[in-house]
Amino acid sequence: MSRYLRYLTPLLLFLLLAGLLYRGLSLDPKIVPSPLIGKPMPAFTLPRLADAGATISDTDLKGKVSALNIWATWCVSCRAEHEVLLELARTGKVDIYGLNYKDNRADAQRWLTQLGDPYIANAFDADGRTGIDWGVYGAPETFIMDKDGIIRHKHIGPLTREALEQEILPLIARLEAAQ
Amino acid sequence: MIPELGHFALILALCLSLVLAIMPMTGSLANIPRWVAMAKPAAWGQFFFTAIAFACLVNAFLSNDFSVAYVANHGNSLLPTVYKVSAVWGAHEGSLLLWALILSGWTIAVATLTSNLPAVMLARVLSVMGMISIGFMSFLLFTSNPFERVFPVPLEGGDLNPLLQDFGLAIHPPMLYMGYVGLSVAFSFAIAALIGGKLDATWARWSRPWTTVAWVFLTIGITLGSWWAYYELGWGGWWFWDPVENASFMPWLVATALIHSLAVTEKRGAFKRWTVLLSLMAFSLSLLGTFLVRSGVLTSVHSFAADPARGLFILIFLLIVIGGSLTLYAWRAPDVTSGGRFSTLSRETLLLGNNLLLVVITAFILLGTLAPLFYDAMGWGKISVGFPWFNTMFVIFTPLMVVLMGLGPMARWKHQAPAELLRTYRMALLASLAAGILVALPLLHDGSPWAGLAVFLSVWLVSSLLLSLRQRYRNRASIGKLLKNPAARGNGSYFGMVIAHLGVAVFIIGVTFVSLFEEEQDVRMSPGQSIDMAGYTFRFDGVRSVQGPNYRADQGTIVVTRAGKQEAQLTPEKRTYTVQTKPMTEAGINAGLMRDIYVSLGEGLGGGDWSLRLYYKPFVRWIWLGGLLIALGGLLAALDRRYRIGVRRYASTTAPASRKSLAPGA
Repeated sequence: MSRYLRYLTPLLLFLLLAGLLYRGLSLDPKIVPSPLIGKPMPAFTLPRLADAGATISDTDLKGKVSALNIWATWCVSCRAEHEVLLELARTGKVDIYGLNYKDNRADAQRWLTQLGDPYIANAFDADGRTGIDWGVYGAPETFIMDKDGIIRHKHIGPLTREALEQEILPLIARLEAAQ
Repeated sequence: MIPELGHFALILALCLSLVLAIMPMTGSLANIPRWVAMAKPAAWGQFFFTAIAFACLVNAFLSNDFSVAYVANHGNSLLPTVYKVSAVWGAHEGSLLLWALILSGWTIAVATLTSNLPAVMLARVLSVMGMISIGFMSFLLFTSNPFERVFPVPLEGGDLNPLLQDFGLAIHPPMLYMGYVGLSVAFSFAIAALIGGKLDATWARWSRPWTTVAWVFLTIGITLGSWWAYYELGWGGWWFWDPVENASFMPWLVATALIHSLAVTEKRGAFKRWTVLLSLMAFSLSLLGTFLVRSGVLTSVHSFAADPARGLFILIFLLIVIGGSLTLYAWRAPDVTSGGRFSTLSRETLLLGNNLLLVVITAFILLGTLAPLFYDAMGWGKISVGFPWFNTMFVIFTPLMVVLMGLGPMARWKHQAPAELLRTYRMALLASLAAGILVALPLLHDGSPWAGLAVFLSVWLVSSLLLSLRQRYRNRASIGKLLKNPAARGNGSYFGMVIAHLGVAVFIIGVTFVSLFEEEQDVRMSPGQSIDMAGYTFRFDGVRSVQGPNYRADQGTIVVTRAGKQEAQLTPEKRTYTVQTKPMTEAGINAGLMRDIYVSLGEGLGGGDWSLRLYYKPFVRWIWLGGLLIALGGLLAALDRRYRIGVRRYASTTAPASRKSLAPGA
């Protein structure tokens, strides 16, 4: 029997893999609802990207509607969404903060000088610890917080103009109108 | 009307693939020669109608027929003609149609180029290919019809993604698909052999040239993709470990293992079950790659529009093809006799060692690619796997593999005395160690242990190839024979091996040196300003507007000088395409064997100032040069005469597995 079992191994491994893939079909990585929505944002205190001596923390984001964008220079999709972020910044409707995720400080600074800087400030999360607290799956991701610092929306993957017009900007308007 | 013709031709092609899948196979099992004889005509018919369908889609793009939804989404009247054609495979539906066309093309290639194959074997091989074809044709027709009409008809098309408007990317997908689909031939041979219960040297000999050719295409496709990423994305990066890149790399690794283990099966009759399993795995991984790209279970820069219905379809298809073939394997493999015996140290064990390493690397890549999905499915949260995982794995396994690669070609089959091996390689070992240490120590320059390791491995590989050449041509007679008939049997596969292995040495140097010694600067420059880097002076001469056929561009001019002498004038561009207003970078590159100078244009900062990214990339060309050498080696091996003349002779005699080949290599 064990003789035959040996030749069944590839098949069994493949069936396990197929089960995983089947499960994967119902888990769209792009629209996974974050368990953090409706909860206060996870606390963090991190060095700033621009200046390792200064820090930035979650309290800096409170008191206004804010966005936190998780990005990195190694992330090709982040480059794709950068124009959209710049556009969002130009509307002046929301303060965009950045979480520079598992990146190299010099590279990230160069990125901003070269491509333009949509951010109010950037936190530098070299080892990705803060990213884990925020449930980051992979850059880019964008969170929208209300004035009390409660996470209201999570956008996974690169921001698009459609998402901006249909979801993000209306949401920001609603959050601004509240209270 | 023409799009409907295309649609109809596709339906006919599906009908013929049903005939091809059922009749010859049933005929071969029930011994009905007339059904067996249907294989070739059905294969031709399938190709004919698929080609018509493909031509209809090309025509729709060329004639700007925006009533076809696919053309309306991805075509545009302003597109240059070459990109109108390449737009056919610029998105999901059309690239699947290309897949189907290439599959039917490989099918008729097998049907016509294997006159020496017994009719029953050929019928089974073609039938299995027909079964695969059913899957793709019905996937096209039921979930992704490229000929769907749209109403009202848009006046203009949505245009091809500007990233894809590039010559490298126009030919990259066809090459890659030629490779992916080509592996279906090895797969079909393996299935046919399993059904017939005859896994022998003859089977390996038939399968070898096909596998090698598919592998060559895959090599070229991956190399092109990497080269494209380098010059088009504006980052100077050449590999991103993106799920889709991994999806092309995994079949390549397994196919690399396969071409080596096929050699052992052909020459020594050993590894039969392992070779069959690799044949099944290589194509299965191609299909898995298709699933990953099309289903949207993983996020990737290459992702096509995700559609769960499509994902489910491919998953069921995977279950049938891969699950079915592995079931057949589990059923038949226990009866396969194990072939030629060999001792602990022999060429067989060295090849087996490399095979295992290649499979282990593949497994690690698969794990890394699927880990985010696995974590998600288990409810353990989200993770991302990036460069550190994949690079670490490579640094661990590649050196081992290269050491074995050096030993393989000179080791004896069956049994190798360790002392003799050490004696043979004494000089190669000393030379490579010396070269490695010299580079590692800070004598000539700063010194770097990693560069030392890379140089050690490359010199080891090259010197072992030289040893092998010396052994093969140690006397006048053997050289004379080579000069008299360079295309003699066995020479192609031997020199193919030499060139491909040389390619690996070149590749290692390229990868290591560019990662270690590249220099880059991000700078703000005013017109007329100069900046020095890596011994070169970069002078920025400002930016002007230029108009392309379907884009407008800001074009910078940078003059690069070295010691007062002009080396290059570069014109990096930042393009805005008229329809899809994405900004695109076109890097300015001065290519050289020893270094690239690479400049990409950033943002205009006002007052004529621009941000620029300057790179000095030593040896970066060696990466693709290595890839091309590897492909060239494969091509030489596939063209070896013995596959053309020898096969016929082999087919008539019953393939003595122990027969000594003339060639000590490959």
